[in-house]
Amino acid sequence: MGGSHVYSDYHPRWLRRKLSTYWWLEKRAYVAFILREGSCMFVAWFVVYLLLLVNSVVGGPGSYARFLEWSATPWVLTLNIVSFLFIVYHAITFFVAAPQAMVVHIGHWRVPGVLVLAGHYVAWAAASVFVSWLLLGA
Amino acid sequence: MIKRHPEPLLWMLFSAGGVLSGMLMPILVLLFGVAFPLGWLAAPSYEQILAVIGNPLTRLALFGLCVLSLFHWAHRFRHTLYDGLQIKHLNEVIALLSYGAAVVGSVMAAYLLWQVS
Amino acid sequence: MGSHIRLQVARYRPEQDSEITFDEHEVPCPKDWVVLDGLNHIKDRIDATLSYRWSCRMGICGSCGMTVNGEPKLTCATFLADYAPGPVRVEPLRNFPVIRDLIVDIGDFMQKLVRVKPWIVRQAEKPVAEGEYLQTPEELDEYKQYSMCINCMLCYAACPIYGLDPKFIGPAAIALAQRYNLDRRDEGASDRMAVLSEHDGIWGCTFVGQCTKVCPKHVDPAGAIQRYKLTAAVESMKSFFMPRGA
Repeated sequence: MGGSHVYSDYHPRWLRRKLSTYWWLEKRAYVAFILREGSCMFVAWFVVYLLLLVNSVVGGPGSYARFLEWSATPWVLTLNIVSFLFIVYHAITFFVAAPQAMVVHIGHWRVPGVLVLAGHYVAWAAASVFVSWLLLGA
Repeated sequence: MIKRHPEPLLWMLFSAGGVLSGMLMPILVLLFGVAFPLGWLAAPSYEQILAVIGNPLTRLALFGLCVLSLFHWAHRFRHTLYDGLQIKHLNEVIALLSYGAAVVGSVMAAYLLWQVS
Repeated sequence: MGSHIRLQVARYRPEQDSEITFDEHEVPCPKDWVVLDGLNHIKDRIDATLSYRWSCRMGICGSCGMTVNGEPKLTCATFLADYAPGPVRVEPLRNFPVIRDLIVDIGDFMQKLVRVKPWIVRQAEKPVAEGEYLQTPEELDEYKQYSMCINCMLCYAACPIYGLDPKFIGPAAIALAQRYNLDRRDEGASDRMAVLSEHDGIWGCTFVGQCTKVCPKHVDPAGAIQRYKLTAAVESMKSFFMPRGA
């Protein structure tokens, strides 16, 4: 085998089926994949939201208070609830992928995937606790 | 010879952004997007939030979070348009707009965070 | 559960058809029969013109990959009884051009396979007198999983990226490249990197992960690809900052 497949590339009698534009609706796994990719839109939205928050703090106590009020309006609240769900989905799917993508060695010992995953969850919990403490406690 | 193209760097930014946004965003959305507006928890007072955001380390961390999350979005968005909607002929335009938007967002983040002092 | 099951087999005769059509046949369904047995029954007893590939009928040759009820499967490893009461729809493997009936052209994959140099590359071979290359069990474990690939191409059939863009080098080719990259005896990693770092190399992959899902030998090509992305990215940074080599 080998040699050029130039003729076969354009072989007139072979049937070439094109993938439908809606290929991602055909299987549950593909839908889950597209939802995972789509979660990035909510990541971007939250960056905007964070910057709006920072901007409101720069503007003084009145502007900060107005921002908090605005964040409670129905549309913004709904958007943020949906964003929360998608961002959690993003975090979970990203961490679950980590052991597959990253093989960690400590010396000659290969760290089992489940420990790599656990490490991510522990870091996630620690970061969340720390941020909460910053904003609620201290 | 390995032809130089930016994919490896963009992928690293995407990965870093994915990890950082995964670690930090859930709690932040929960607090600032859901819990505070719904009154489940008391939002920080102005003095408190100014103290937190005013801290240069916080601002650095926030800047890192914003920049990397934006590049995470740009990379995923561009690939999803290419694969999902198969918009192949606009590939370069979409890439430029996506990463361009991430750059613009990063500059704005830098500007806003610099102003908090 | 009946003693028979309906098999819907795709037919495509290039000399007269322009589309796939389906023939329906009732085949016996003993509990130990696989889809391949059903196809052989059709060919032996009902319609000798049905064309398909098969060989070992035990999941090691990789010849009998087809789409069964929408999923890429080895027909020798897929039990008919699991689909009772049926019908069972058998189509050619997705994302490949169909030559005839259930036979697809795999020339594209064969070309890609050669390009990743799936063999031990060494600057200088050890002379035979010096004996064999020794390897510890841990060194074997590093690449053993990727050596299980039987080139059945179910992963290519499951990969939407390959379906959208046949220039993508694809899961099995990358997994096989990794099998050699991670083998301590091999010295060809930089040769392979040139091929894999192309735009249609590893960077086309968006980690859908279906390739790993459908792999009958648990090779985990998706994992191989993501691991290599990190390797290639680090190499790329190194070559950017230290162009004359580290």
